[in-house]
Amino acid sequence: MSDHELIWRVAGGSGDGIDSTSQNFAKALMRSGLDVFTHRHYPSRIRGGHTYVEIRAAGHDVQSRGDGYNFLLALGDSFARNPQEEAYYGNEELKPLSENLDELREGGIIVYDSGLLSEDDIAELNLEERAEENDWHVFPIDLRAMAKEHGREVMRNTAGVGVTAALLEMDLSHIEDLMTDAMPEKILEPNLEILHDAYEMVQEDYEFEHDLRIPTGDHDEEQALLSGSNAIAYGALDSGCRFIAGYPMTPWTDVFTIMSQHLPDMGGISEQVEDEIAAAALAVGASHAGAKAMSGSSGGGFALMSEPLGLAEMTETPIVLLESMRAGPSTGMPTKPEQGDLEFTLYTSQGDSARVVFAPGTIAEAYEQTRLAFHIAYEYQIPTIIMYDQKLSGENSNIPVSFLDREPDPSLGSTLTEAELAEMPHDASGKFHRFQHDVENGVSPRSLPGQKDGRFLATGNEHTPEGHISEDADNRVAQMDRRIEKLDAIRRELDEEHESNQTYVGDESADFGIITWGSAQGAVVEATERLNDQGHSVKAVGVSDMMPFPEAELTEFIESVDQAMVVEMNATAQFRGLIQKELGRYGEKLTSLLKYNGNPFEPAEIVEGYELNVEGSDAEPTAQVRIEPAAGD
Amino acid sequence: MSAFNAIGDDREIDRNEFTPGLEPQPTWCPGCGDFGVLKALKQALPEVGLTPEEVLTVTGIGCSGKLNSYLDTYGFHTIHGRSLPVARAAKLANDGLEVIAAGGDGDGYGIGGNHFMHTARENHDMTYIVFNNEVFGLTKGQTSPTSPKGHTSKTTPHGNAKSPIRPLSLALTSGATYIARTAAVNPNQAKEIIKEAIEHDGFAHIDFLTQCPTWNKDARQYVPYVDVQESDDYDFDVHDRQEAQEMMFETENALYEGTVLTGRYFVDERPSYQQQKKELGEMPEEPLAERYFDEDAEWERSYDLLERHK
Ligand SMILES: Cc1ncc(C[n+]2csc(CCOP(=O)(O)OP(=O)(O)O)c2C)c(N)n1
Ligand code: SF4
Repeated sequence: MSDHELIWRVAGGSGDGIDSTSQNFAKALMRSGLDVFTHRHYPSRIRGGHTYVEIRAAGHDVQSRGDGYNFLLALGDSFARNPQEEAYYGNEELKPLSENLDELREGGIIVYDSGLLSEDDIAELNLEERAEENDWHVFPIDLRAMAKEHGREVMRNTAGVGVTAALLEMDLSHIEDLMTDAMPEKILEPNLEILHDAYEMVQEDYEFEHDLRIPTGDHDEEQALLSGSNAIAYGALDSGCRFIAGYPMTPWTDVFTIMSQHLPDMGGISEQVEDEIAAAALAVGASHAGAKAMSGSSGGGFALMSEPLGLAEMTETPIVLLESMRAGPSTGMPTKPEQGDLEFTLYTSQGDSARVVFAPGTIAEAYEQTRLAFHIAYEYQIPTIIMYDQKLSGENSNIPVSFLDREPDPSLGSTLTEAELAEMPHDASGKFHRFQHDVENGVSPRSLPGQKDGRFLATGNEHTPEGHISEDADNRVAQMDRRIEKLDAIRRELDEEHESNQTYVGDESADFGIITWGSAQGAVVEATERLNDQGHSVKAVGVSDMMPFPEAELTEFIESVDQAMVVEMNATAQFRGLIQKELGRYGEKLTSLLKYNGNPFEPAEIVEGYELNVEGSDAEPTAQVRIEPAAGD
Repeated sequence: MSAFNAIGDDREIDRNEFTPGLEPQPTWCPGCGDFGVLKALKQALPEVGLTPEEVLTVTGIGCSGKLNSYLDTYGFHTIHGRSLPVARAAKLANDGLEVIAAGGDGDGYGIGGNHFMHTARENHDMTYIVFNNEVFGLTKGQTSPTSPKGHTSKTTPHGNAKSPIRPLSLALTSGATYIARTAAVNPNQAKEIIKEAIEHDGFAHIDFLTQCPTWNKDARQYVPYVDVQESDDYDFDVHDRQEAQEMMFETENALYEGTVLTGRYFVDERPSYQQQKKELGEMPEEPLAERYFDEDAEWERSYDLLERHK
């Protein structure tokens, strides 16, 4: 299935324009009818430091970065700061070439900028020898000189794209169109010239001995290339969210900045504030006053939000929070994904706290579950959290444009109008019963400050129906039961009124199961398909509902297989722990495949994990993953 | 017209509307200065023409934080130190509301100190009353950021080594545009200052001296106060930053030396945050919250943003 695909990796230094170049190239591939998936690798540095973007493109659906790649465009790091041999970081200039060779597939293509990398550097790599061994086709091309000739060295990118297109025998029209749209006239001309020069030069001067060509494909409807962060931001906007407050932290910053760029023009408000405690508290205040509001952060910043999160629970103020994970503990690895904050996100904040947590697995799911998160938050007056990570945040894939053509939802859920408020129970003092004990689904409808007949006190202390602070035992039990009851009601609604948030692949009768959550889903889906193609009998489920947990669905899945492997990006098998806690059993049936080196799973690692699991070999996995045996082993 | 009918209601308001008498009775200790704030607020609100529904009082945690439990407006009793971020967002979401935040000196100058600085800097259009009793009341008398140097308490048995914070000066350097100090023992002045603060367009900070007879018997707040605006001894221009600053400095020193000076210290017409955001196109003209009730409102979709992704 992965026979005819292009996985193009463009590598350079941070600041070399890798991101914009790859974004345009990915769009050009999408426009030519291919499905694309991008993966971004970058260091925690602003300028310099080896970074790459990978674009996988095929005539069929692609949901993960795949294994390895088959085309390297190594631009060289023009910001490299430590070219000395003894420097701690090593030879930085060379890294975009040297660091990437291990994953290049047999028969792959290498284009490198011979203008930036000296012959001595290259000699160090034994490139010739390795190329022969692996049947690589190497094209040293002086991209720098080509760019300089037309004015500016930064245009090495464009030269690289021209070379790529020529080697793949790809038509330039989509690339030209995109450049025309994106570039101001002054730089457009020289860029187009470079593109063509590079293209023609390669066609004329080189012989094509490689097999790789541009794949072919066709879309039956118009596509858009979106990142997970785009999908979440757009899901929020379509849900009527018009207020966001935040404090920058990678990778959550992406959603924050996207929202900030659009909100003012859409009648909304964005606030960058002093810290994350304030950010989440602002979301609470804005929602209390009648706006659809959100905030969010990543690990360390989310830790600070645990206070206002609890306040939202106790005062039953709807808010949506984002938790965009990166590797921890503490500041961990700022630009690397991990699924290590699951337990933290589920349980942070004091008391028997209740919140709803979704973990979308794909870009389309990120959009849909964000909309669901707003619906649930405002209908049930409960904080909802969308957990994702640096991987989902930064990866791009194409989805049909029509997918986002959904009705906006400006409803405030269980919020009353003034006419409705007049009919509600009130105290003799005129106070409205904002927190009634006996209501359906645990939801006691709310009023907003400024409304007639709606006066009440919201407090983070335990309180009576009209909001007064109370330590009365009966009232306490009634209020607590009602707040907790919401989770059951939400589970019922999710089961009965919505399509499942869980994603299933493989044959229903398969006897081995793979269970995963969040952004690891794409690689699991692909690995499962591969295993089945190899004649194994495997099915998989990607779980998105973290709380309330989809007990019935997971029980059915686990009951239907002999054994199951839980795949997640952390070292302590947090999701497997959650399954066992929620279902109260299956310790002996579940093993874990764990990865926590800062890079997402590749399908081949999961295939290998399966083999080791099923065949029971003692061999150490070759990839950087760990197998955690079933309980009782 | 507002979708929130109670906003903009200009009928005559009776002070009793803010206390119909059925809400819980205050649990403050007899003689507590907090009663003075409650009383002054109840008098001030109807006099500036506000109805209980138009007002949102947002408090922190502490004895002071219970203010809105005894005041019949819309209220939000938040968490320790966080009244300001909650309050300013409520004002951003619906600027038809009159937002008054309140809390103790521990709440506002200690745990919430960062929010104080930033809310003042941004000049949010709201009133902030800090009950300054120079001590933590609710947690039983520990030293607070305004306790005098040398103050002994269970957490500072040998005396406090820290100098007290200077709340007025801090508000000024942070950017507050109305700054006053008043005292519970002076209800008339307190009422007038609260009224001015409410009517001021911008961040109005009132350092409200409230005695805590239970934990801070020595506090100098019992001594007669001096109203700097009424006294011939103090002549300065409240619109002049330099003069205001000198006067605040003197006031803050004098407090710990036994003279309680109260009054307005600084008034500035710098446009409020809300106004500036509107001018820059970063905030809608109509209250955001009302859009959700407006059946004719047009809701743009992300669909309209897709061009750049195709
Ligand atoms: C995060 C947090 N830390 C500590 C407390 C405990 N606490 C409650 S009130 C208070 C101090 C209150 O002092 P102040 O703000 O001066 O108000 P007062 O009681 O004197 O009116 C403290 C420390 C808390 N509720 N939350
Ligand atoms: S402890 Fe002090 S501040 Fe608290 S109610 Fe008693 S007197 Fe007032």
